[in-house]
Formats: sequence, C-alpha cells, structure tokens
Amino acid sequence: MPKDGGIGASTKRREDVRFLTGKGRYTDDINIRGQLYAHFIRSQVAHGTIRKIDTRDAEAMPGVVKVFTSADFTGVGGIPTGWQVTSRDGQPMLEPKHPVLAEGKVRHVGDPIAVVVAETLDQARDAAEAVEIDIDELPAVVDMKAAVKGGPLVHDEIGSNLCYDWGFVEENKAAVDEAFKKAAHVTTLDLVNNRLIANPMEPRVAVGDYEDHSGQHTLYTTSQNPHVIRLLMGAFVLAIPEHKLRVVAPDVGGGFGSKIYHYAEEAFVTKAAQILKRPVKWTSSRSEAFISDAQGRDHLTRIQLALDADHNFTALRCETYANMGAYLSTFAPCIPTWLHGTLLAGNYKTPLVYTNVKAVFTNTVPVDAYRGAGRPEATFQLERVIDMAARELGVSPVELRRKNFIQPDQFPYQTPVAVVYDTGNYQATLDKLLDLSDHAGFEARAAESKARGKLRGFGLAHYIEACGIAPSNLVGQLGARAGLYESATVRVNATGSITVFTGSHSHGQGHETTFAQVISEMIGIDASQVDIVHGDTSNSPMGMGTYGSRSLAVGGSAMVKATNKIINKAKKIAAHLMEASEADIELKGGKFTVAGTDKEKSWVDITLAAYVPHNYPLESMEPGLEETAFYDPSNFTYPAGAYGCEVEVDPDTGKVTILSFTAADDFGNVVNPMIVAGQVHGGLAQGIGQAMLENCVFDENGQLLSGSFMDYAMPRADDVPFYSVDHSCATPCTHNPLGVKGCGEAGAIGSPPAVVNAVLDALHRGGFTHVTHIDMPVSPSRVWQAMHG
Amino acid sequence: MTKVSMTVNGRTVSGEAEGRTLLSSFLREGLGMTGTHIGCDTSQCGACVVHVNGQAVKSCTVFVQDVAGSDVRTIEGMANADGSLSVIQQAFQDHHGLQCGFCTPGMVMSAAALLKENPTPTESEVRHYLEGNICRCTGYHNIVKAVLAASGQDVSKIAAE
Repeated sequence: MPKDGGIGASTKRREDVRFLTGKGRYTDDINIRGQLYAHFIRSQVAHGTIRKIDTRDAEAMPGVVKVFTSADFTGVGGIPTGWQVTSRDGQPMLEPKHPVLAEGKVRHVGDPIAVVVAETLDQARDAAEAVEIDIDELPAVVDMKAAVKGGPLVHDEIGSNLCYDWGFVEENKAAVDEAFKKAAHVTTLDLVNNRLIANPMEPRVAVGDYEDHSGQHTLYTTSQNPHVIRLLMGAFVLAIPEHKLRVVAPDVGGGFGSKIYHYAEEAFVTKAAQILKRPVKWTSSRSEAFISDAQGRDHLTRIQLALDADHNFTALRCETYANMGAYLSTFAPCIPTWLHGTLLAGNYKTPLVYTNVKAVFTNTVPVDAYRGAGRPEATFQLERVIDMAARELGVSPVELRRKNFIQPDQFPYQTPVAVVYDTGNYQATLDKLLDLSDHAGFEARAAESKARGKLRGFGLAHYIEACGIAPSNLVGQLGARAGLYESATVRVNATGSITVFTGSHSHGQGHETTFAQVISEMIGIDASQVDIVHGDTSNSPMGMGTYGSRSLAVGGSAMVKATNKIINKAKKIAAHLMEASEADIELKGGKFTVAGTDKEKSWVDITLAAYVPHNYPLESMEPGLEETAFYDPSNFTYPAGAYGCEVEVDPDTGKVTILSFTAADDFGNVVNPMIVAGQVHGGLAQGIGQAMLENCVFDENGQLLSGSFMDYAMPRADDVPFYSVDHSCATPCTHNPLGVKGCGEAGAIGSPPAVVNAVLDALHRGGFTHVTHIDMPVSPSRVWQAMHG
Repeated sequence: MTKVSMTVNGRTVSGEAEGRTLLSSFLREGLGMTGTHIGCDTSQCGACVVHVNGQAVKSCTVFVQDVAGSDVRTIEGMANADGSLSVIQQAFQDHHGLQCGFCTPGMVMSAAALLKENPTPTESEVRHYLEGNICRCTGYHNIVKAVLAASGQDVSKIAAE
C-alpha cells in the first residue's frame, strides 16, 4: 500500500476545495482599480486590403479613452515563432510577419484590426460599432492543395503559400521507394485529420498593468507557460527586459495546447497599459475564441504501408499537407514535422519510414498544437492503414499488429525515425486490453446486436507518443528556439514546512496535490506541510511550462533534483548536530538517524538549525535550506498503450453508439492513480469528440461555419460512456528519477483510430464491405452515405 | 442605470444595472461574486448556472432586471453553514469530478437541481440532465459518478479510479 499522501496514493485534490466553493482565482476574476476594458474589432472577411480605418466618431463616444490601430504599434515586433523547420532543399521555412494588429491586410476571419479601449466593456463594444473600416475583399484561399497550386497569396511579400516542404528521413527516401517496389502487398489510404478547436471552458483573458515610476509591467494571462510568454513578448515584441516584466497565470481553466502560445491580445494589453498609464483588461467571448484561439490538426494525408509475403511491415510512406492557417503560431511548424514524423514507427518494427510534409498558409485561423499535437495524426494514419491492410489480406488486425510489434527484449529500441524508445511492452498492454474488454465474448455480443438489427464492431488501436519534452540540445538541432528543461525551487521554512516554486503550470492537472505527494514521500513529512506555487514569473525560476505531457516527467524531475540537494544539505546539518559521519545519516519518515546508534533528530530539528544556526558548521556551509534545480531530460519518454472501442451502428440511420471504451496504458510509474485515470478520461472524450462529433469547417470564402457551441459539436455527458482504464502494465521510464512517462495526451491520441476502426468493423460485419474508410467525424450522415453511397 | 435588489445566498444585495445587463454579469461585475463563470455567449456551456427561486437557470440567459427581487443561489452559497463542503461538493472531490474547475460551479448547481427533482437518478438520467453543461477536462466519467454517489447510490462498481 502506498503511504497516505505519498507516491502511488489516490490522494484527493487540495485545489478542489476552492474550485467547488467558487473561490478559484481565474484571470477574469482579477480586476485592478482604475482598469479600462478593451474590445477587439476583428476582420469579418478572410482576405482583404485595409483601405481606411476612421476612429474619430468612436473616439468621441462616451467613456472611450482611445481606439488603437496598427499605427499605434509601429516599432513593435511581430508575434514570433518558436521553431524553425528546414525544407528538403536546405532552405529555412518562410516566416511572414505576424503583426499585433493587422497592417494593410487582413488574412483570416478574426484577424484583429483595431481595439477600442473604454471605461466600461459596454462602452467599448458600443463604440466599436462606430469605427469605420473600409476593406477591399480579396479572393480567399482555404483549400491547401489549391493554395500551393497558384492560389491567392496569403502573404504577398514571401511569394508563396508553401511554408516549408520537409522530408524525413530524407536519406531514407530512395530505400523506402525501393521497398515499396519489392513489397508483396501495399495498402494505400487517403485521409483527412479534421481540424479541431481546443475550446478550454475558460476563454482567454489578458490584463495589462504598468507602474510608471518603476517601469514595471505586469501581465495577467490565461497561459500554460507564463515564463515563455515573458520571454517571447518581452524579447521579441515589446522589447521589455525580463526584470521589468512580470507574467502571472493564476488559476487557468484548461488549455489543451491552445494556451501555450503568445497571442496578440497579450502584447496589446501590456503595451496599451503603458501608453494609457492605466490597467487594460481583455476578456475573450466564446465567439471570439472560435476565430482567435489557435486551432488544431487539419492534415490531408496519403499513407502507404508495404508488407512482405509473411505480412511483416517493410516500409511506411506518408505524404501530408498540414494547414498552418494565416500566420505561424508559436509552435506551429514543429507539430506536423518533429512531433509527427518521428512517431511513425509506432509500436512496430517497420525498418524504413519516409514522411513528406508540406506546410501551407491559407486564409484561416492559425493552427498549432492541440492535445497530442502531431502524435494523434501519426497514430491515426498508422492504426487506420494497419487495419485496412489486415482487411485486404484477410488476417486479424490484432494478430497483424502483434506480429509486427517491437519485442519486449528489444529495448532500448532505435527506430528508423531518430527517436530511441527506452522501455515498453506492447504485448502486455494488448493482452490487458483484450482481457479487460472481454474480447473473447465479442462474437456473442455481436450476434446479440445482430438479432436486434444493429451492427456491432470492435476497433483496436495502439499508440506511442514522445512526451517529457524535451532534451534541449536535441531540439535545438531540430530548430527549436528555446530550451525545454524545467526548474524548481524548494524552499524549506524554519519550522519544517516547504514551499515549492515550479516552472511547470497546472490548469487542471492537479500539480498542487501530486507534486506535494512526491515531496512527502521523499522526506517523510505530511503532504499538508508542502505547498506548490506555480504560475508567476516573479517568484519561480525560469520555467518552460506545461504541455506535451511534461509536467511530472520534467517539472517533477527538477523538483526531485532540488529536493535531493535539500536532503544532502540536511544530512550534513544532522551529522554536525549528532556528531556523526555524514555517510551514516539516514532520512526516513521525517527523521534523521545515525546508522547503528539510537541517535535521532527530527526534520524540524534540522530545518530550525538551518535558520537559527547557533550550533552549525558556518565555516563550511551556508545557513538556510533552499535549493533550485534545472532538469534537462536526456531523452523523451514514451507512454504507449492499447485502446479498444466497441460500437453499435444503426443501419437505418448510420448513428454510431459507443458501447464500451477500454484503455490499457503504460505510463511507467504513477504518482496519483486517481488523477492519472482522470487525465485519460478527459483525453478519451476529446478523441471520441474528434472521431464522432467535432469538426471545424470553413467555407470556400474562409468564413467559419462552426463558429459557436451550437455549430461545433463538443462532446457532452450523454455522448460518451463510462470508460474502463488501466495503467498496470508499467515499464518505468529509465532516465528520469521518478520513472514516469506522462499521461495527459494519451487518451486523445489513441482513441480516434479505435473509434473509426470499430465503425469500419461493424460495417464490414454487416456486409458493407465496399466501405474502406470514413473520414472523421463519423457522423450519422457520413456513415449512412458510406453505406449506401 | 437602474437599481436592482435581490437576495443572493440569503443576503439582500443591490447594485446598478442597465436594461441589457445579464444576471451573470451582475453577479460577477456588480456584486464581485466571481464563482459563477461565463464560458460562452450562446447559452450552451452551462458554466453560469445558478438557482433562481429554486430553479436551475443559465444566468447568461436572463436580464438581471427581470429577476429583481428573486431569491438567487450561487456556488458561493452551496457549502454547509459551517463552511464544510455539501454532499454534492464533497462527492465531486471524492470522485475527482473536476480538473480545471471552470465548469464546476455550473455542474454543481445543475447537479443540485437534478437531485432535488430526482433524488436517485439513473446514469442515463444524469447524463441527459447534464447535457447542457459542457466539461472539456473530465470526459464526464467522474462527474456522472460523483452525482450518482451524491444521490446515495453505490458507485463502487463503476470503473475503479
């Protein structure tokens, strides 16, 4: 049994009490005396030339302080991109300017043109109606293939809509092509990975504040990574040095990737507060979020799998068009490349893999990472093409996967796509899944469904992801313009309680509970003696924040490293107080003992001595007990698992109902099983949402057709079942101190292909054998059309 | 601007409001009660659910002037008199029915209204009732479980953890 409140315990979350009683402190709950309100006027057309902006009438309206346009932002940098991708020809990607407010041209519906700042929000909104904007609409380009074949230019100055043309592994291209020529069987699948909108329930908010006498800026923002915002906005946009810029991300209501990026609104309120010498607040409406938050996925892909006569995978070839939208969001270029191409080996021994990705500018909202980011796209292609191959060859999709798995004794495993998997056991998760989902009883259930006139199907998908992002030296070589370490300061107080300042950030993940569990386990004090502080650049060391399932694997490791420094120093103090050799000091259960004696000092004896150093080796050691550590991982972590979905299709309507969903994951060691299961549940709902409900659609003019919760189908309570999740097949990570791998994205990565495979299985069992693929979301109309089309 | 008075969580309150001021904005901006959240502008997400005269209402769907004099209850008024969590709130914590916490006030208020109408709902009734409250974090598993547990039903058979 795990220690109560220690590693492995399903400790209840401490943060829940404030959230359940209405005492959470989200950014929109922050109101600063004297604050003004900003209302953004956004483009209603997808592409156009700005002829005139007349703000005079608006500025004369009640309460209006100023109407800003790009003219007020001359000398301000563009919104930067944090990753540079190099094309196959060795040229860097095309990187057009992304101004804070539109300069001369608008490039997507929602592109900000002007901002009204007024005493009240209603006054700002009213005055926005009086701002006269004259735009000559230009033809928009929405379709990616049209965009690269002579469509209208999104950015005239760069002369092309092709951002980059990336090949990976370029040196393997000829060998892959050769393997396809020699293959006994080739399966080809054209598919769409549908565009999604992250839609965390809290819309984005930014509040800028400025202190004239000191030149100190403060930005309160809904961010997953306040330090990254400070760096990007301070260094590249507004030229504010770090010591004059504090960024605070308090309670944040979900992110799922969409709150990683530096957004124009953050730079706007920060600058406007300085210009107006009053705090400026912007709160996004949901309608604005639909056209201003970075969106996710949107790949057009041809995937091909080559097999030999024994059904061994011999090569994989992927050709993808990836939509960047109108501008490059912070991490957009790396998603379809380094977070996608490197995952195409999946759980399999495929010796040769080649990916070509063309990233394309279109007159649509920018696209960036969304839960999983690149890895769901890789997994979907791979797990769909394997199922399709199994069907073409008349073999079991379960056995075809099993035959091609990387074997448990092959780890560490060098894939043909650069990454080295440290541990894993894919057979174990598959067996666990088949057991938990009662696969043996499937045929009987299918017969029972058939008797009721329904078609039942089972879909399997395996996944692997690269998490714990990331070794800085490696990502630097791949084009990252940041390091991807994490930091922690562990401050032990005089009476033994501990405050941890982490560069990681929680926006639902429960760090305040789980990080305290780790410290409690290491030192042996009660978890209630440990507080976790995050989200404020003024009190924590430079951190990179939370995304890519990295918090515990990287942020937790930094905290463990700092805590080990604390323990080492505390042992020296204990040795001094007990007149013993440091090597003989043991720390267990919050007590320091000397091996082989009955001497003992409590944790508090030591912490007090550190701060009241009357009897203390001052000549060799500083007083105090506070340590900072930075942890830079030596490899990614590789969570993996097997997901199974059982569906019933109504042949009369095409409606798909999920009857059960089972997830068998390998996350390595687990600190709080309750929280880990919750992360998987949430990921599954998002993956099921992508597979069955969600679809972000622009018409040919670039107008967003799915621009509200009435048009964009978010999964609701009655759309999903109870899930069965398991993480007992653990192969701990070999290179971080906790042996953890990360669990935040798995559910969203593994579930879409499981759902679609299940629907296809149901149709085939029902005799609709002509249906080889249905693009997501598998809505009733799409399923019915596929059956009868 | 008109002066609007009402009872919120048992306390008589008043504030200035325009004709277009929504109850949700009045609570947050007028009264500084930020527990009620605004997650959309089409009355779809349910983060702003409060009780007006005992009925669950999306507070973004009503003008505050239309509910002047009403008895309003918000998430800030849901704990027990001694400050401890109520049965529903405690069930959400016990079963990990929340992550980022943003939809939580609306979920708790809707769940309370459901259990008042239907003290022992089935799983399907819970899912159907909460259809107007969107959560992006939990996948609903633990929310449904928490509501069933709060109704006194045995949830030990529902997927461990």
